[in-house]
Formats: sequence, structure tokens, C-alpha cells
Amino acid sequence: MHWSTIIYCGIITYLTRFSMIFLLKEDILNNKTKKILSYVPSAIFPAIIFPPIFLDSAGAIDIENNPKILASILAIIIGYFSRSIIATIFVGLISYWFLIFVYYQ
Amino acid sequence: MNKRLKTLTRGIADVSPLMIPVVPFGIIFGVIGMELGLSPYMTFGMSVIIFGGASQIVLLQLFSGGASSLVTITSVGAVNSRHLLYGAVFSEYLSQLKLSWKVILSYVLIDQAFAVSNIYFRKNKENDFKHYHLLGAGFTCWTVWQISTILGIVLGSVVPEELGLSFTISLTFLALLINDFRKFKNIIVMLVSGVVATIGYNSIPFQAYIIVAALSALLVATLLTLINLKKK
Repeated sequence: MHWSTIIYCGIITYLTRFSMIFLLKEDILNNKTKKILSYVPSAIFPAIIFPPIFLDSAGAIDIENNPKILASILAIIIGYFSRSIIATIFVGLISYWFLIFVYYQ
Repeated sequence: MNKRLKTLTRGIADVSPLMIPVVPFGIIFGVIGMELGLSPYMTFGMSVIIFGGASQIVLLQLFSGGASSLVTITSVGAVNSRHLLYGAVFSEYLSQLKLSWKVILSYVLIDQAFAVSNIYFRKNKENDFKHYHLLGAGFTCWTVWQISTILGIVLGSVVPEELGLSFTISLTFLALLINDFRKFKNIIVMLVSGVVATIGYNSIPFQAYIIVAALSALLVATLLTLINLKKK
């Protein structure tokens, strides 16, 4: 990792926040564009979530005996009902620890 | 109480409950930075220079996968493209301000600050000092994020690797999507993104799988939006 990469990332991130405030006098994005931008988290986060869960360290798809899949399903269920970010993370992590340290031992 | 101070305090109070999940998120970021062997200065520097939790974790993940800086910077830009929406929504409230105010407030225009100040701005259009609300909310987030990053950096040097804390990256992002689990269209978009990324992880060159998966999923989101508009 180079400092220059971090600085460029910082500049581009800042510009995503500053550009619209600087350029626009009033809100001109139409509802369609807004609706599509509202999908950005749903479109990007799973690309970060899925590969480390479903792929093993060699990069092959691993579905059998995969504690991460089970722990993620539990986390999704808890997240769906509780709508609590913290509960989702902790249930996922604790069930993962249970699986790797107790169940699969 | 002075109106500026009152609005500033209101911003701090409004955003405070949203800070509870930010603390573990910041700690996770710091811990993983340390586990990947980054220097504490660099990890902390990322929190100050970028100040965007999700994109900082993407940066770490792509770094550990050996992605080029071009792919890394593009991916970070893609993750943060949602801020364009926030800026566009706030432009009408902030257009009267001096440039220096716009420069400062842009730095702290993050998800949580947007969420609470957007509600406040809509209800308090006549308050000439309404931007103090965003200032208070934004810098509260900033302070909490920096402190939790430092906590993570400190913990990262003592947490054993066997705990598999890198799994918390997936869990954290999963948790950020919980409000969308009830929306059918969002679930389709999520599945497209996840499946394309998993299949493309090895086959798409330069670790560009996040960008390719996100673009495919956004294309589907666009189609779903257009179909929906036609029906109405």
C-alpha cells in the first residue's frame, strides 16, 4: 500500500461529496436517477460479502461444511427480524466461533 | 442559547444513537488493517484522509488481494458514488453558503450525517443556521470514527489471527443491508452482485470483480426501475 493510493482514494471520495454541493444550486437529479443511486449499496456490498464466504483459500467454491455460510444465514435471519446492525454482526460472529471452535472440532 | 450553538448541539444529539454500530465497525477496520500488516499511521491515515468506513474496508480487501492502484481507486470511487445523491439532495439547502462552508461540510457528508440532517433540513427550512446541524452531526461521526479506528489499531496488535476476524468484513456489510432485506427488488440486485463477484473472483482480471459485479447489479437495478416506471 502506498500513501499515494490512499490520497487518491481520499480525493475521489471527497469529490463524490463536494461535487454536487458545489455545482448545483438546487436538486436537479430526477427521481429515476435517485432511485437507481439508492440501489448502490445493494449493488456493491454483496460483491464484497460473497467471495470471502463462498470461496476457500484456494479460490474454489466451497459449499459443503462451510461454517461461514451457516453463520451468515443466522446473521441474515437475526438482521431481518431485529433490524439491529450490532445484533447481526454479533450473532454472525458468535455462531461462526461456535462452529469453528466447538462444532467442527 | 445562541441559535448556532443550539442547532449544532441538536445535530450532535440527533446523530448520537447512530454512532453505536459505528464503533465496532471502526474497531474492525483498525484490527484488520493491523492483521494485514499495514502500519498504524497508514491505517489511521486512511480514516482521516478517506473518512468512509465501507470504502476503507474495500481498500483493505483489495490490497490484501493484490489489486492494482487503478482498480483500487476506481472501486473506492464506486462504493462512494452514493454520496453524489446526498450532495444533490443537500445542494438546495446549502447553496447560499460561502465556499469555505461547502468545503468543510463536504468532508463530513457521510451516511449517518446525511440521514439525520436531511430530516432536520426538511423541517427547518427557515433556520438560517441550519448548516450547523450538519456540522455537529458530521464532526460527531468523524470523532467517533477516528477514536474507534485507534481502538482497533491498539486491539489489532493483541487479537490472535485464529479468531477469523476477517469474516467480520462480510458480516459488517451484511448488517449494513438489513433494511433492504424486505425489498424484493433489492434482493434481486444483491444476488446478481454477489453471484457475479463470486464467479468472477478468479476469472475477472486485475481484481476488478467488485466493479464488474456492481455494474452488472446496477444495470439490473436500472432495468427494474424502468419497468416499474412504465407500469405507473
